[in-house]
Amino acid sequence: MSTAALAVASQGAARDRPRHRNTELLLLLGVIGVATVLAAAVVVALHANITLDVVYLPLSIGAAFLVLHIAVRFFAPYADPVILPCAALINTIGITFIWRLSLGSVTGNRRTDFSIFTGQGFRQLLWLFCATAAFIAVLWVVRDHRTLARFSYTAGFLGVALVMLPAMLPSSISEVNGAKIWVRLGGLSVQPGEFAKLALLVFFASYLVAKRDVLSLASKRFMGIDFPRGRDLGPVVAAWAVSLLVLVFESDLGTSLMYFGIFISMLYVATERTSWLLIGLGLFGAGAVLAWTAFSRVHLRVDIWLHPFHDPNASGFQIVQSLFGLGTGGLFGTGPGAGNPESLNQYASSDFIVATVGEEVGLFGLAGVLMLYLIIAQRGIRSSLDVRDSFGKLLGAGLSFSLVLQVFVIVGGVSKLIPLTGLTTPLLSYGGSSLVANWCLIALLIRLSDSARKPPGQRPAVLQLRHALTEVISR
Amino acid sequence: MPDAIVLAAARFGFLILLWVFVFAVVGVMRRDIFGARQSSLVAVPRGVKFPSSGKPAKAKRGKTPSQLVIVEGALAGTRIPLKENVITFGRAEDSTVVLSDDYASTRHAQLAPRAGQWLLEDLGSTNGTYLDGAKVTEPACVSIGAPIRIGRTVFELRS
Repeated sequence: MSTAALAVASQGAARDRPRHRNTELLLLLGVIGVATVLAAAVVVALHANITLDVVYLPLSIGAAFLVLHIAVRFFAPYADPVILPCAALINTIGITFIWRLSLGSVTGNRRTDFSIFTGQGFRQLLWLFCATAAFIAVLWVVRDHRTLARFSYTAGFLGVALVMLPAMLPSSISEVNGAKIWVRLGGLSVQPGEFAKLALLVFFASYLVAKRDVLSLASKRFMGIDFPRGRDLGPVVAAWAVSLLVLVFESDLGTSLMYFGIFISMLYVATERTSWLLIGLGLFGAGAVLAWTAFSRVHLRVDIWLHPFHDPNASGFQIVQSLFGLGTGGLFGTGPGAGNPESLNQYASSDFIVATVGEEVGLFGLAGVLMLYLIIAQRGIRSSLDVRDSFGKLLGAGLSFSLVLQVFVIVGGVSKLIPLTGLTTPLLSYGGSSLVANWCLIALLIRLSDSARKPPGQRPAVLQLRHALTEVISR
Repeated sequence: MPDAIVLAAARFGFLILLWVFVFAVVGVMRRDIFGARQSSLVAVPRGVKFPSSGKPAKAKRGKTPSQLVIVEGALAGTRIPLKENVITFGRAEDSTVVLSDDYASTRHAQLAPRAGQWLLEDLGSTNGTYLDGAKVTEPACVSIGAPIRIGRTVFELRS
């Protein structure tokens, strides 16, 4: 091998590349400030007076984030400084609004005490502490994201197993409101699909790194676009079939749409071929028509989407209430705590958290929250551009894209842009599995950005076989 | 009515703080992107006058190169920030970029800043230095993205 040493004159400067950890700390303190104002606003609106008790919730959320920050300082010192604060702010807004929902409303039943130890808000806070542990575990175990590439088929198998697990279990354990996506044991319910997402992302990335030459080089040219050979369509058709199977066995529209979207986008990133997007869209269209004709559930969802006001008190109830909520909110919202989001019943904190937030903080507040998602995804894609190995690039792009695709599907559903499907809003909505899984996703993004921003001297060398010379050893 | 004032303050206070946070984050990202560029502004030698007062005369779309990237060869992927120093290439231990390539000479070439441009000069190498596929015989201005080839290694200036 041609051993080449590099003596960069400005090596000192490269070593001292700013780590921006203090910037991250400052932004996190800002998050705690925003959280305090939000909690105070809720209490003022509901009770017209504030006591110091209101700081307990923001401070306990903030404590968890400071622990995350310290973990990043130790395990990923060069990580991007804005990913963690943005995720933290989204999560803070989520927990505060879930807590706010258990307090009732100004017009309806109003609870007099606003202790943090009650309702879904407190349970979500406990889940945040679990997520903190999971986040630290991911950063601690995955010291180098390339170790994940070794588990490609294991991850793929694990992912499919987790997706299929609820379908195999009896409905009494796995079915809630018609969607078989749960595993309920005792008082604890887990959505394995949320974790399957991460495992499948790892599998897609390592599979595509291995196969992308075949998928991008062998092709036939037709109408100015390079189309792949028939036999190379195998994996994309397999992904499509699995998505459809998820739909058939679990009646879960959102998840199947998301898996397929993630696979197609990663295929596109890996091969830079527009034809894969066209093929993906074609397959999606075919699958959508098939599902629409074959499953009454899908048919019903599309009907509600097209004519929500046809039956506003029964089938269209949720979407109509959601639209009313967003409309009441208008530009600036009714103010935190001053709205009436519990008209959405038990879904106000899960599927329709976006409508809840939108009603009380309005278009301006909701746009701010969406900006935070956008920033996280932008930083993720930035890191995947900077990271030096193909697996890392694909994983980073996939993680970022899965986050924004999930936000698009649920926000689009709640605002009636697309048919509503039951997906959790990452980091915002109520649900333990979703929260833990999405903090693991953020941990992986932070790990990737850390390896992308490390100065070259501290990076483990990437094996460059292409330029290695053949060495003949005589015995 | 003080209540209404408190309510309005709480209501808009959150929105304002949320957007202040978003802009603070964007500010951090902006510094992150442009920080390197600001530190690599090329110093104009003292006593030398330039018509465009320090601004790069022919720089592509007003961009100043801020780093030298090795795109091919054993060191591919390495980035070297461009400061005010001359960058030398060769097999000599004291070169900025040490090339242990059979086709490289001890002191092969150098890249020097002049008035916001980077000049590539061959230092009498055996196998030559190539800029954009052409052999460099006299100091030549390197534009952003033009490949510089020395032996098996290819460099590029990036903004």
